[in-house]
Amino acid sequence: MTIKKMLLASIALAFVAAPISASAETADKRIALSNNYAGNSWRQAMLTSWDKITKEAVNEGTVAAADAFTTAENQATEQAAQIQNLILQGYDAIVVNAASPTALNGAIKEACDAGIVVVSFDGIVTEPCAWRIAVDFKAMGESQIEYLAKKMPEGGNLLEIRGLAGVSVDDEIHAGIQAGVEKNPQFKIVGSVNGDWAQDVAQRAVAGILPSLPEIAAVVTQGGDGYGAAQAFAAANRPMPTIVMGNREDELRWWKEQKDANGYETMSVSIAPGVSTLAFWVAQQILDGKDVKKDLTVPFLRIDQENLEANLESTEKGGVANVEYSLEDAQKVIGADM
Amino acid sequence: MKLSSGAIRLVIPAASLAVLLAAVFYMQPRAMSYTGLNLLFNLAVPIALATIAQMLIMSVNDLDLSMGTFVSFTACVTATFLQSSPAIGILILAGAIAAYAALGVIIHVRQLPSIVVTLGMSFVWGGLAVLLLPSPGGAAPGWVRWIMTAKPPLVPVAIVASVIIAASTHLLVMRSSLGVLIRGVGGNQRSVERAGWSIVWLRAAAYAMAGFFAVLAGIALVGLTTSADANIALRYTLLSIAGVILGGGEFVGGRVSPIGAVIGALTLTLAGSFLSFMRISPDWQIGAQGAILIVVLALRLFLNRLEKREKNR
Repeated sequence: MTIKKMLLASIALAFVAAPISASAETADKRIALSNNYAGNSWRQAMLTSWDKITKEAVNEGTVAAADAFTTAENQATEQAAQIQNLILQGYDAIVVNAASPTALNGAIKEACDAGIVVVSFDGIVTEPCAWRIAVDFKAMGESQIEYLAKKMPEGGNLLEIRGLAGVSVDDEIHAGIQAGVEKNPQFKIVGSVNGDWAQDVAQRAVAGILPSLPEIAAVVTQGGDGYGAAQAFAAANRPMPTIVMGNREDELRWWKEQKDANGYETMSVSIAPGVSTLAFWVAQQILDGKDVKKDLTVPFLRIDQENLEANLESTEKGGVANVEYSLEDAQKVIGADM
Repeated sequence: MKLSSGAIRLVIPAASLAVLLAAVFYMQPRAMSYTGLNLLFNLAVPIALATIAQMLIMSVNDLDLSMGTFVSFTACVTATFLQSSPAIGILILAGAIAAYAALGVIIHVRQLPSIVVTLGMSFVWGGLAVLLLPSPGGAAPGWVRWIMTAKPPLVPVAIVASVIIAASTHLLVMRSSLGVLIRGVGGNQRSVERAGWSIVWLRAAAYAMAGFFAVLAGIALVGLTTSADANIALRYTLLSIAGVILGGGEFVGGRVSPIGAVIGALTLTLAGSFLSFMRISPDWQIGAQGAILIVVLALRLFLNRLEKREKNR
């Protein structure tokens, strides 16, 4: 009788415990986010996404904790100290958006030596023991030309707005655009300015170069500069070219207005701040014992004519279009790169 | 037993370091280990060296606002030339020290305010650093990395290094005749001059020694980070000044304390970790760091007043 009861009880317990044990491998693991900067809309959206997704994961018992830490000042030495503190606090994994690709390597190595999983994203680190979730910025640049080639097969003159000079992201997007133009020789870049990923800078720069340019068929951009370019074209009374946008709310809103008024067509591409949540799931998967390649690529977020309204609606005023990633998305990214 | 005024000056920084350390150990017992101590303090080693450099400048009543950019520059030299062609690297670093000595001479001969000259130089050093490393990179020379990651028995390297820095600079600044003369320039320049010493050379020596310790700070920093970028140590300007003051030094009068300066640098580093363990939001962290500074300084003012009252009695 007692044995039967015990058996029943243990079976019942097994059933109750079963759904939890599916993710119990990482149930007692703690993951930290080390972030170097929170001073713009993109980073704010990144932190909000992290907060939202990890809170759910903690409530569901997937992980024990997922705390976000931001350094008070955007300095590599500050972040190195922060990472060393996180090691002392006994986190099992550290997700890093790094202030410098190389200056944190010493601290990252200390973390790896302590048996901690380090996953870097967006601002990635070069230390070989860490995982990297990088954006294929080159492909992002190339995709703009591919879109234009489909839209206007006869080609035309392009104006290129570049980002902040001397930053690797700017070089990579530019290289992608160059590669695209080489493949589609019907396009010709007739002018190039630095817009610093900011609308006001882009507007000034484009307004300055416009008088010297022939008719422009399209403007290729890096994000955060499309709206400024449109303003400059409008102010100069020039025919509005196809301006590739960068997922900022003001750009999408302008695009929507133009679309309603005269059927303006373009596309928009950038990376989603929610990439922090992808890094979170990748760290969780590594802790779960999955074999994950050290270098992963994150898909960029593209908005087209059809899904413009939906994306504009879900984007906060002054914000950036965003997606948050789920465990399944992360598994897909890991699987695709295997 | 009556304590000397110098010892009293050391009491506050040492006590605040001990209190902070106890609080950190209480919150994070994991820190109470060989690796724990090393992780807490290893980034304090370059800050301590920069603080010593700043202290030497302050001992002749000057202030160096280019400390952060200069350490960044030497870090860039370390990660590039010192690593690929050591001879040229050493030559550049020696040149940088000579430039510091020359600054001391210019400031003295032309009677320029050091704040203005060093502020100007900060743009020069910053520009040179960007020229050397336009984008982050470089690599630490093997021997630097070896020293900074060495695992001596019993005591972690961060503590060993701090003790060595404190002891050697104490001998240099407090015990050697050159150190006494340099502090004399800060205390009473005219009497040192009347005694027949060349103030120009003393100031040049103080600046050169400061340059030397700042170079060491850059090298030590690269040993920890494994690479450099042109903005790596910008915070060191203010950290080094705060470290000197926290350690019992004063802006004027040649009243400085090398042991105190090292303790001040350790305290500043520990304060950062303490706040991070407390989970204080980053928006408040700079403010909280300032609050810790003010509390320590208030304590010191209080002690100073006690000291004065004792003397008057």
